[in-house]
Amino acid sequence: MSAGTKKIDVTVGEVVEVNDLVKRFRFVRSDGGEMPTFSGGAHTVVEMRDGGVTRLNPYSLMSDPRDRSAYTISVRRDEVGRGGSLFLHRKVKPGDRMVLSYPVNLFALDLRAKKHLMIAGGIGITPFLAQIKQLSAMNGHFELHYSVRTAALASYAEELTARYPSNVHIYHDDRNEVIDLAQLLNGQPLGTHLYVCGPKGMIGWVCRTADAHGWPAQAIHSEEFLAPQSGKPFDVTLARSGKVIRVGEHQSFLEALEAAGVDAPYLCRGGACGQCETGVVSHEGRFVHRDHWLTDDQKACGERIMPCVSRFEGRSLVIDR
Amino acid sequence: MTIQFKDQTFHDDYTFRNSEWAIRRFPFPFHEDSYMYSVNLEPHLSLRPGSVFEKTFDVDEHYISEMKDRARVLANDPLRCQSLPHMTLAGWDLVELIMEAKAREYPDLFELRRDGDRWHWINKPLEIEQKFVFMDDTTLPCGPMEYITRQTQGDFAILDQREENLWMDAGMVTSQADWSLDFDIGMNFYEWHAPVPLAHELAVFQRALKFLLNLQQGAPVRRLNWTMTVNPLLDTSPENYHKWGVQKTELKPGNVGQKQHLRVELQTLFRLPRSNAIVFPIRCYLIRLEDLVTVPKWGRRLHRVLRDLPGELATYKGFIRNRPMIVDYLSQFDDGAPTSPGIFPD
Repeated sequence: MSAGTKKIDVTVGEVVEVNDLVKRFRFVRSDGGEMPTFSGGAHTVVEMRDGGVTRLNPYSLMSDPRDRSAYTISVRRDEVGRGGSLFLHRKVKPGDRMVLSYPVNLFALDLRAKKHLMIAGGIGITPFLAQIKQLSAMNGHFELHYSVRTAALASYAEELTARYPSNVHIYHDDRNEVIDLAQLLNGQPLGTHLYVCGPKGMIGWVCRTADAHGWPAQAIHSEEFLAPQSGKPFDVTLARSGKVIRVGEHQSFLEALEAAGVDAPYLCRGGACGQCETGVVSHEGRFVHRDHWLTDDQKACGERIMPCVSRFEGRSLVIDR
Repeated sequence: MTIQFKDQTFHDDYTFRNSEWAIRRFPFPFHEDSYMYSVNLEPHLSLRPGSVFEKTFDVDEHYISEMKDRARVLANDPLRCQSLPHMTLAGWDLVELIMEAKAREYPDLFELRRDGDRWHWINKPLEIEQKFVFMDDTTLPCGPMEYITRQTQGDFAILDQREENLWMDAGMVTSQADWSLDFDIGMNFYEWHAPVPLAHELAVFQRALKFLLNLQQGAPVRRLNWTMTVNPLLDTSPENYHKWGVQKTELKPGNVGQKQHLRVELQTLFRLPRSNAIVFPIRCYLIRLEDLVTVPKWGRRLHRVLRDLPGELATYKGFIRNRPMIVDYLSQFDDGAPTSPGIFPD
């Protein structure tokens, strides 16, 4: 049985162009019922049937967790990706029927925190939108520092500053505004937890800086969903079923397993949760490990692979599926 | 069917009895003639009408008596119910989970009317009617977890999830198999399981934790666990060991069938939606051996399981002292015939 198989049939309620790069999608249950409650920071996996290709991409839920009438997500258009965001931007219209997974939270608030310090970059704002709604309903203490390219591309910055003027700080790249992280980290009260979501470089910078300033690892939380990347096609032998499959150029390894009828477990499909971890029986070639789950040692010894985001280059690969 | 609630005791005079109905639906925990630890989790889906696996939270003929016993234990020792400050949200999650499930599955016994955040809860067996504002702690007579678990059979541990571990940060524990919430509160998954023998070597806990960290909302799981208890005591706590431990010495060949009980826990696990915590209800079922052997398959199998159980496990489960007497008693119900697979009666 795959984890992540609990699904919700939904209908697209509305599609709103937030700015040149971002569209917002609202989903309601097709049977008219209520959506499951969720916790701020949770994501849903959206199933996209694009012709003969099925893609499952995770997106953070940005709506108010208490609002059970609908789920909303915001999607940034990625021109060089494998096409999931382009499919949503170009093809999905109000009234379309789609399938979402139940919510999964890999970026939960630590509810012990006396204060929640949030650092967002670009579309990384979305999980914070739900967390802020949850915290403000509970009189929670938060502060958001949000880095954007330009005012025109600053998704939800206006709404946030209007609603929470003393909690929200916006930094515009085109005005050379930069988060003074060292200063920010030094001034925090005891019991503050730090959360960061944004581009890979930003997450690394925030986590390293906090570590260097003596922040305990338990008080630093980050979420980065990796989109699977395209790569050269490769063949894989499945030891249990004896099948040989080909992973296409724009297909993830996990998607190729699913297309071959293999019920492989997954939750996040972004290299974070560890659910799809797969044993390697033998290989002759080089792994392209891209996940956050395996340790560097595990990646080096070549006995495990996370097929949601990682690939392989070489002559032969046999896995335990 | 309408449940005929009993008024019985789990202490002193021990008037607890299982009806014929309760015996037939007892969750016998052994699916084969031997036992070893395993991560024997399965989806908590409705199974077999009338069985304890049918409903999300099983209600049976002992409901009122068990809630009275809980109130009695709490009056003597309030620390059986604790919730660390960050766990209140999880308590509300539990209120919603239990009230919605009971109202849906037992409409003749429980009713929940919701008007936005204004909720109206009616518990007919316990004659409770409560209007309150959901998520407003000031509108209930006690904290949300305590409120709903005083009305729900079984112990409850609520586990916060952080740092790739689970932390026992809240609970209501009055019918436990010799463990203490007051001792375990704030511990992580490995710490509170530290006393369990053999399982660590088998890496059972690593695998179980990994599974639980990925437990999904809307996809609860369950397993059975078991031990042996002399007299129908729900509260076999370390705090009261001086009162109940000595009762093990009262077992004699002439009373083992009446006094010795098989104690089975139906353990379920649910991801809670708002708090992202996990709730772990541990529901205790007791059956005296002379009732258990009225199901011939169970009498045969329990004899074989207890006879062949490794000594460490009989010690950990607290019946090594009486094992020869129990096995001797059960042997008269084991004719050596083969038993059918699975836990249910033939």
